[in-house]
Amino acid sequence: MRYLLRRTLHAVFLLLGVSLLTFLFSSLTPGNYFDEMRLNPQISPDTVAALRAQYQLDRPLPIRYLHWLNAVAHGELGFSFAYNTPVAPLLWVRARNTLLLTGTATILAWLVALPLGVWSAAQLGRAPDRVLSWATATLLVVPDLVLALGLLILAVRTGWFPTGGLVSVGFDELSPLHKLRDLVSHMTLPVVALVLGTLPMLVRHVRASVTEVLGAPFLRAARSHGISDRKLLYHYALRAAANPLISLFGFSVGTLLSGSLLVEVIMSWPGLGPLLLEAILARDLYVVIGGVLLSMLFLVAGNLFADVLLYWADPRIRIAASAK
Amino acid sequence: MKQPRRLAKWFVILLLLHGIVAAAGFFAPYDPVEQDREHPYLPPMHAHLIDAQGHIHARPFFYPLRPREGSFDQYEENTTTAVPLKFFESGAAYRLLGVLPSRLHLFGAEGGRIYLLGSDAFGRDQLSRILYGGQVSLLAGLLGAGVTLLLGALIGMAAGYFSGWRDEFLMRIAELFLALPWLYLLFALRAFLPLTVSPFDSFLLVVVVIGMVGWARPARLVRGVVLSVKERDFVRAARGFGASDLYLLRRHILPETAGVILTQAAILIPQFVLAEMTLSFLGLGVPEPLSSWGNLLASLQQYNVLVSYWWMYLPALAIVPFFLGYLRLASALQQRTVAYKIGEKDLWNPS
Repeated sequence: MRYLLRRTLHAVFLLLGVSLLTFLFSSLTPGNYFDEMRLNPQISPDTVAALRAQYQLDRPLPIRYLHWLNAVAHGELGFSFAYNTPVAPLLWVRARNTLLLTGTATILAWLVALPLGVWSAAQLGRAPDRVLSWATATLLVVPDLVLALGLLILAVRTGWFPTGGLVSVGFDELSPLHKLRDLVSHMTLPVVALVLGTLPMLVRHVRASVTEVLGAPFLRAARSHGISDRKLLYHYALRAAANPLISLFGFSVGTLLSGSLLVEVIMSWPGLGPLLLEAILARDLYVVIGGVLLSMLFLVAGNLFADVLLYWADPRIRIAASAK
Repeated sequence: MKQPRRLAKWFVILLLLHGIVAAAGFFAPYDPVEQDREHPYLPPMHAHLIDAQGHIHARPFFYPLRPREGSFDQYEENTTTAVPLKFFESGAAYRLLGVLPSRLHLFGAEGGRIYLLGSDAFGRDQLSRILYGGQVSLLAGLLGAGVTLLLGALIGMAAGYFSGWRDEFLMRIAELFLALPWLYLLFALRAFLPLTVSPFDSFLLVVVVIGMVGWARPARLVRGVVLSVKERDFVRAARGFGASDLYLLRRHILPETAGVILTQAAILIPQFVLAEMTLSFLGLGVPEPLSSWGNLLASLQQYNVLVSYWWMYLPALAIVPFFLGYLRLASALQQRTVAYKIGEKDLWNPS
């Protein structure tokens, strides 16, 4: 229990550190959202000054940070200059879209990677393993940007999939079944891009960790007891190889909000990515900070989740933790 | 294949690839900013050996493209005039590696322009722009990696050597940087720097921003090496003879970290090239008329380009061989360093 408590405390400090860092960066900014207004002769300098005062941009940094911390403690993330709304609901809608996309992609990627990796490890060195290794090595050298743009061109030229947005124009008038079909067809491209982007790394990790345990004496003993290969692989070997994979899964969960930024921008998926990019270009300070912090929260939560899973799955960690 | 030979093979391949880009002036047939407004979005031309009359030629030739009747962006081959391909032609002036003035190009054409990879919206030659763009992207990656490794090595050595509160402090900051998703960090850093600056300044800006992002991982790895090396007998002996901290770090500890730093370089360089591409693709990096692999792709954000001009995607593929080379180099380096230090394996995977 103390182990988990320590990890949680660590996570909280990490989040505080990140928020402080983002605020520090923002204070280095040469300019802010209201600077553009200053160029407009129709807006008087007094108005700009009043707006700056209203958003407390004229206060010193430590005060702003404390104010912001106070707001966060009350469940608010500040106010967007550009959208003129509180940041939290704005982020929430976008985060939901992102999670829909990345959640599907992560589940799919793991569902494909686990059997592929185990199978590859079982066939170690034989033709199927070599073909698969070659395929993952090839995919590994194709960056996200290249992959996503390539898929987009493919979609545009064949017309198989829509090339942007969450749903079609007349979505509200569709029947539930057609709604689902519409959503799925819009999701296909970005999901495929994300899955292909993470798959090679996952397959290689699964293969490596299963290979490592396959030579273990306890598995030879189990085989000589006449336990079937399938059970041997998926029940005994996979379980023994689970440790690094659990950490990796925690990482997958952690990057749910931050991993798809580029793909979202390229495929114009209305998630956090495009919002954050716009906010950065417009210097919409609190949206940027809120977005970064939200994805950090996920990253930290993912790691914590992995720690809990490890604690639960691996008796060695439990014993080591209680011995301390 | 044996380890050292594999390392050498990929090193030579990478050297050749970089050589081609470095000597872009020679390999590119045209000046990358020279416009041909009469021929926007020209598709890639095909080389022919057999002409329209069925005669076979020994020298490959091209047919110039002309707009199809009643169309402004559809082209067809004009088979009345052939443009023969010539090697080692004299063409646009350039400076090889930025110093040697020359006019010699690997190939060119007599009496017309040939576009092997098509042309862009201003009729600029794509092949030339890709080659010259590689100079910007690769240089940004190399310099960025240099900055990062310098920062990482300095911080890592300081943390590992001086230990105590300095170590604690530096490693907590490193953890922060490791935890932040790097694309976000890149954006955040870029966001807080001016948006409109001259091309050269923005190139420097990109290098600095990229360089600031990745120092945490090399710093931690270097720290690990330093921690173990500084307790080794030869270092203790040197200290016993009265060697100063600086001397010990420079003479005895720095050489031991070379393996880690080289491996990290091979891992970081392609990542940083990609970072430059991403920034420029999103319009936050190197601006026109300078070309970079990222801003060459930026036109794909327009729907009509995406639909009609597939060859605008070709710059994206330029990075793939470099990625492959660096990945293989990194894995060869990693195995080599691990083989050197058997028994210290956990050093390379610090928790």
